[in-house]
Amino acid sequence: MTEALLQIKGLRKAFGALVATDDVSLTLRRGEIHALIGPNGAGKSTLIKQIAGGLKPDAGEIWWGGQEITALSTVARARAGLGRTFQISALAMDYTVLQNAVLGALGRQGGVWRFFAPVMKDPDLREAAMAALTRVGLADQAHRRTAELSHGQRRLLEVAVALTLAPRAFLMDEPMAGLGASGSKRLTGFLDDLRHEAPILLVEHDMDAVFALADRISVLVYGKIIATGTADEIKAHPEVREAYLGEEVPG
Amino acid sequence: MIREPHINTALFLLLPVTAGVAWLLDEPFIITLTTKVAILALAGVGLNIALGLGGLVSLGHAAFFGIGGYAMGILASHAQSYVPLMEVPFLIEGTKSMPVIWLVAVIAGGLAALAIGALSLRTSGVYFIMITLAFGQMLYYFAISWPAYGGEDGLSIYVRNGFPGLNTLDPVQFFGLAFAALAFVLFLAGRLAAAPFGLALCAARQNAERVETVGLSPYRLRLLAFVISGAITALAGALFADLNRFVSPTMLSWQMSGEIMIFVILGGVGRLYGPVAGAALFILLEHILGGLSDFWHIYLGLLLLLVVLFARGGMIGSLVRRELAHD
Amino acid sequence: MSLLLLIEQVLNGLQFGVMLFLMAAGLTLIFGVMGLINLAHGSLYMVGAFAAAAVAGATGSFLLALMASLTAAAVAGALIELLVIRRLYDRDHLDQVLATFALILIFSEGTRWVFGSFPLFLDIPAALSGPVTLPGGIQYPAYRLLIIAVGLVIAFGLFQLIARTRIGIRIRAGESDREMIAALGVDISRLYTIVFALGAALAGLAGALVGAIQSVQVGMGEPVLILAFVVIVIGGIGSIKGAFVGALLVGLTDTLGGVLLPGVFGTFMEASAATAIGSSLASMSIYILMAGVLLFRPTGLYGTA
Repeated sequence: MTEALLQIKGLRKAFGALVATDDVSLTLRRGEIHALIGPNGAGKSTLIKQIAGGLKPDAGEIWWGGQEITALSTVARARAGLGRTFQISALAMDYTVLQNAVLGALGRQGGVWRFFAPVMKDPDLREAAMAALTRVGLADQAHRRTAELSHGQRRLLEVAVALTLAPRAFLMDEPMAGLGASGSKRLTGFLDDLRHEAPILLVEHDMDAVFALADRISVLVYGKIIATGTADEIKAHPEVREAYLGEEVPG
Repeated sequence: MIREPHINTALFLLLPVTAGVAWLLDEPFIITLTTKVAILALAGVGLNIALGLGGLVSLGHAAFFGIGGYAMGILASHAQSYVPLMEVPFLIEGTKSMPVIWLVAVIAGGLAALAIGALSLRTSGVYFIMITLAFGQMLYYFAISWPAYGGEDGLSIYVRNGFPGLNTLDPVQFFGLAFAALAFVLFLAGRLAAAPFGLALCAARQNAERVETVGLSPYRLRLLAFVISGAITALAGALFADLNRFVSPTMLSWQMSGEIMIFVILGGVGRLYGPVAGAALFILLEHILGGLSDFWHIYLGLLLLLVVLFARGGMIGSLVRRELAHD
Repeated sequence: MSLLLLIEQVLNGLQFGVMLFLMAAGLTLIFGVMGLINLAHGSLYMVGAFAAAAVAGATGSFLLALMASLTAAAVAGALIELLVIRRLYDRDHLDQVLATFALILIFSEGTRWVFGSFPLFLDIPAALSGPVTLPGGIQYPAYRLLIIAVGLVIAFGLFQLIARTRIGIRIRAGESDREMIAALGVDISRLYTIVFALGAALAGLAGALVGAIQSVQVGMGEPVLILAFVVIVIGGIGSIKGAFVGALLVGLTDTLGGVLLPGVFGTFMEASAATAIGSSLASMSIYILMAGVLLFRPTGLYGTA
């Protein structure tokens, strides 16, 4: 279970003089949750965008399985099985919760070039969508308009849409934000199981969740990964302590 | 509150009832006006697929309307003069048959929309508006400067084109044809909106990133919507030219693009029957206000301004309660 | 074609280009600062031309006519900004298109109502109506030369205004960060009115200057407006430099295309067909230029986003 599904090699991205991603390498292995943490402005979002395909890196490579995907579009990466959730919800707000989930199922099925049959009456799509909503606990909200959901519920819907894609790996950007204590705990339990379906690269501010879930943690500071290791290794790492707690690195 | 389906049914019946009453009263002019409403509504239904479903603010739909018109004018004028359109590499002759003309119009409009859309959709927002407007203007100037088909003066045909089994010179029969085309396209557009393609297209309007993330390409969805939209508007153009037995660069002008957009907006953007309501209201205003004042466009402008600033759902939107998303 | 004729046509292209710049500069500023697409900019061009024609008719002074065009267009611009446009800043582009389209209808019909449907004529002042002899023996109309000079001076002035003055700094700040400059206590709505009136005045001046070469009539603004859009698409939205480069490119392409293309086709085809194809293609040349720019730089030559 140690084979790397997603491998990032020497990724670099600069905006003018600001180097947002500085020679970043990391891997996501099958079966693991790999958490990416770092202070605000460390470049987590920029890195996630490059992995998902929305932003072209200046240098470096991204490999998926045995294949280089650095030049592929977001759409092609999603097709290849990269399931992403957003930090700021990217949902069709005028649609119902179910319609958003059906859209995901449609993407998985690839049957968008059909012009006649009513999509919301397609039993396969509905079933796939409802199954995903049930898993995240949104089944009873299926017919509400997405814009009416709370921020936490939107996060869950993001996860549900990603589930409908049955991806080979998840890229989750702060799924816990806005969930509240009990919601966080529930989602933590859910992600704990989900890693066996597909590994998760998890960006998260909720440190309790990170330390509870992550097999490995990478710490991003000023665009650089300063440490990668288990929760205990990271907690003890002097540079990490410096970055987060302002402690001087001895020597 | 009135429910939208009821309004739709009423709107749908409004046209044939008006035409029927006018026929009983022997008022061919009213029948012709109603025919005009049906045809302009058809153009609006076409634009609404790009604008309402896809969120693509095209200010160049007169291009497709005019292409449809010229498809009619060119084919019919060649048939009229017995000069083939081309002889090499193979013979293409003109025709006076509406079904053939419609087919040519739809294909030509679709191809033009493919070319214009492929370029314009590389951009978005305000660029898209300016570019579609510019390409529309390009065709307008081309039509003016191309002398073979009348240039600035346009192209007249002597007799309305024929449809198997009908006498198209009879206003009420021609109305029947135009209305049937409208009804057919309304049916198709309704199905399209509810189909997988429609779901994805509307989602791309609301959040393109979401659509990409589920592995669907917003560009392709929009391009196809633009092509379908252009093809339908071209069909309306062919009918409109046949109604007037005349086509000129005016059909390609930016004012025409603006008017087609007004039909959609007055009725209600993204509502299937919006263009029917909008076109009916437009023609009604044209005849009531136009009878009162030579400067009726001032009042049209003021009305449009009021609708945009204060009644954003258009006519249908003002009549029905803001609807919840439905599935 | 002789070299002299070619140079004359290049000058014509430049003259057309700087006029387009006056239109495009206002449009691109208004878009850059307020995020607004203004279809009624062509109406302001028309207002300037009619004001100039009316004042010139009444007083006989061309200078007063130009002042009138600037004033009338600026006042009309400020008025529609206060009454209509400022309600549109937070709206989507569709609403902006429709409302400003409605303004075109109102302006055009209103002008027709006041001035009638017949074109007015604005005479070039006698001192400028003759040709001047340029180095190399080229005879060129003095008035057109003046237009080029005025256009270049205004372009230079605009660059200085944006780069050096306090209002220019605010304009640039407004482009990048609206909330920030509002937070700094700048009266943003007044800034918007000023920018809008400035853009309108430039359009009005262009209308008056061109009105003296062509006729002054209802509907004269929109073809120029659409060309200005082409200029902005080529140059990149929000960039004054882009508007300047784009305007000259469009002006030269349009003018030279119309002169050269029929000749080019004439080298390998029969004359009447060459004229037909050449002039049809020439009418499309700037749009083909635009399509080419779109293929390689979808955000225009100097566009950023």
